[in-house]
Amino acid sequence: MATSTPTRDAFAPPPGGSQQKPASSRRQTWRSRLWRFDDKASPYAYIAPFFLVFGAFGLYPLLYTGWIALHRVELTGLDQMEWVGWDNFDKILHDSEFWTAVSNTFLIGVMSTVPQLLVALGLAHLLNYRLRASTFWRTVILTPYATSVASAALVFALVFRADGGLLNWVLQIVGFGDTNWANGHWTSKIAISVIVIWRWTGYNTLIYLAAMQAVPTDLYEAASLDGASRWQQFRKVTIPSLRPTILFTIVISTIGSMQLFGEPLLLEGGTLGATGGNENQYETLSVYLYNYGWNLGHLGPAAAVAWAMLALLLIIAAVNWLIGRFVRKSAV
Amino acid sequence: MRITRTVAGRSRRAAVLATTGLTASALLLTGCSSDSDSSDTGSDANGKITLTVADYGQFGYKEAGLFAKYHELNPNITVKEDVTADEKVYYPKLLQQLNSGSGLADVQGIEVGRIKEIVDTKANEFADLSKVINAGDWVSWKEKQATTPDGAVIGAGTDIGPMSLCYNADLFKKAGLPTDRAEVAAKVAGGWEDYLKLGEEYKKKAPAGTYFMDSASAMFNAVVSSNAQQYYDESGKPVYKDSPSVKQGWDLAAEAADKKLTQGLAQFSDPWAAALRKGTVATVACPAWMAGQISVNAGDANKGKWDITTAPGSTAANWGGSFLAVPKKGKNVDEATKLVKWLTAPEQQAAVFKAIGVFPSNKGAYELADVKDAKLPYFNDAPIGQIYADEAKSIPEAVLGPKDGVVKDTISTQINNMEQRGTSPDDAWKAATSAIDKAIG
Repeated sequence: MATSTPTRDAFAPPPGGSQQKPASSRRQTWRSRLWRFDDKASPYAYIAPFFLVFGAFGLYPLLYTGWIALHRVELTGLDQMEWVGWDNFDKILHDSEFWTAVSNTFLIGVMSTVPQLLVALGLAHLLNYRLRASTFWRTVILTPYATSVASAALVFALVFRADGGLLNWVLQIVGFGDTNWANGHWTSKIAISVIVIWRWTGYNTLIYLAAMQAVPTDLYEAASLDGASRWQQFRKVTIPSLRPTILFTIVISTIGSMQLFGEPLLLEGGTLGATGGNENQYETLSVYLYNYGWNLGHLGPAAAVAWAMLALLLIIAAVNWLIGRFVRKSAV
Repeated sequence: MRITRTVAGRSRRAAVLATTGLTASALLLTGCSSDSDSSDTGSDANGKITLTVADYGQFGYKEAGLFAKYHELNPNITVKEDVTADEKVYYPKLLQQLNSGSGLADVQGIEVGRIKEIVDTKANEFADLSKVINAGDWVSWKEKQATTPDGAVIGAGTDIGPMSLCYNADLFKKAGLPTDRAEVAAKVAGGWEDYLKLGEEYKKKAPAGTYFMDSASAMFNAVVSSNAQQYYDESGKPVYKDSPSVKQGWDLAAEAADKKLTQGLAQFSDPWAAALRKGTVATVACPAWMAGQISVNAGDANKGKWDITTAPGSTAANWGGSFLAVPKKGKNVDEATKLVKWLTAPEQQAAVFKAIGVFPSNKGAYELADVKDAKLPYFNDAPIGQIYADEAKSIPEAVLGPKDGVVKDTISTQINNMEQRGTSPDDAWKAATSAIDKAIG
């Protein structure tokens, strides 16, 4: 990797270009005051758009959802709100379907995240070698990410169809019986995980690849001088250097799997999709929320589910942070 | 210091840019929101009007060429149809549009399972049709369903679903059963218990890989809808747990699942369509509109194999049917009302019946040759006009509830679990009741 010294000059200010000519002292103080104000205030102007947009489209809906969660509101009469306090939370926490959805979300999350990140790591390692047409491969690996959830889910729904699906057709040739993928408790989760893995592996691969290219080459050179094999280099140099990136992808994937929605909804579609299968076997929290709010029309409990999901994410984040701290401490 | 100043100097330009950008996007945002309230009346300077009709599934207007015909009769009016395939997707969208008051079509379809909820909660959002149409022209109970307590009619009835029995005569023959309409009708004249007995007879000599019925939930729906009391009582209280018709339907469905007389398919799903195409089901409980579904899904290859006869038992049943309503917030309420009146008039309902077989709810249509003498070539020329008109006369006036649609779907799912997964009737009932209580909640 080339050193970056030659480029640094390019960002230096043009010599003397912005120096001011001395003006009258009164003008100067006014001017310098303006400068100072500019200096202090401008950064806020830069970041203001985000916070304004976030306030309008992020924070306000978040708080309003919390407000709805404490009321009885029906989709048929949004203007009629009746205060019920914690009843909605009570209702969902005592609903076995909610807990089914929680465990489904976690199971599918683990089943999709773990293989996905491992494969991404391996692919990134391969792409990090000198390759002919490397840009081509990198683009190809990102294409699944560029397809929409809906089209991916619909195509996979055809693949996993019990009757005349592509997968069953192949399995039959090999001699396995028909599997009703969407119907089984595990098979349906596998099917959804496959869609997720297919879509997100490339995305994570590119993140890992970028991080790998930032690893100083001297480390590898030193390692190979010490007689480390490729595999050893991968384990002892690449992985440790990638630790923050891996943590980042885990966090992103966790949030992603928490919000898993389109894939389960479209696997079978229709009524079955909205309830996550006929025994809720692949109902995730988002689908549960959707069904409660839009199918059954009870917005109060649906809003409560949204807040429960936020709480779960915060708990996961806290656990993540604790583990991270523990790992860092034990590494020292 | 110099560097910071330069940065600050650059920043000012950027700040100006950012502010401009912000203002611009703010303008854009307000621009978007005010757009929908603007005085767009859907008509241009020449008085040309475009009316939109939002519906779901198959209303048959396009198939019968009615929109084109309306344009011929009223050259300044063009009708556009916005079809959502799945009513379960359509309805929440309609509620949202009613809440926000934007995005509504001039004419909106409403399914019978939802009409009570709309009448109860959203009646003031729809134009009162009682002065335009004569509710007395409809079969007695149909327009009552769309009438508010103070007499406003918010929807004109399109079709009803009088019950019959569709059967695959080809499979019946192979299984050694009679194929003649009258003989089949005689076999099941005693009711749905007889239907199950016929199923056991069928099973004895059935061609391999075929089943007597597609789905026990269809039979459940047929049984429940032949009763006045279904899921709610007159006062609007949900009584489905103790309703005799629900109990009878549930027990019959459990029996059918237990005896493996059913293929256990969720109706209207892909596997269901595939089963019809391959000809693996011998009978389907058949409200009038189902005949169209069967002919479309089973395809030309099965033409002439199917037949239609009267439904088991002596009590008539109605399953399904829709309404056309005119939202007050639509852009052309008057023109839309005229269109609804025309679309639901006897001649037009008869034309739709002829095109796709959904049965008129306007009594005047029954006297028309298109209905009275109608025969379905696909179903071996079954005299469906006669079968359904006879049936329609004696359909009991059902008590509807706001969540009928959801209750029916939930129970269907659990019946499907009994058939497909062998869930015990007790467990399935428990799952159904907890899901329904949540839905009604």
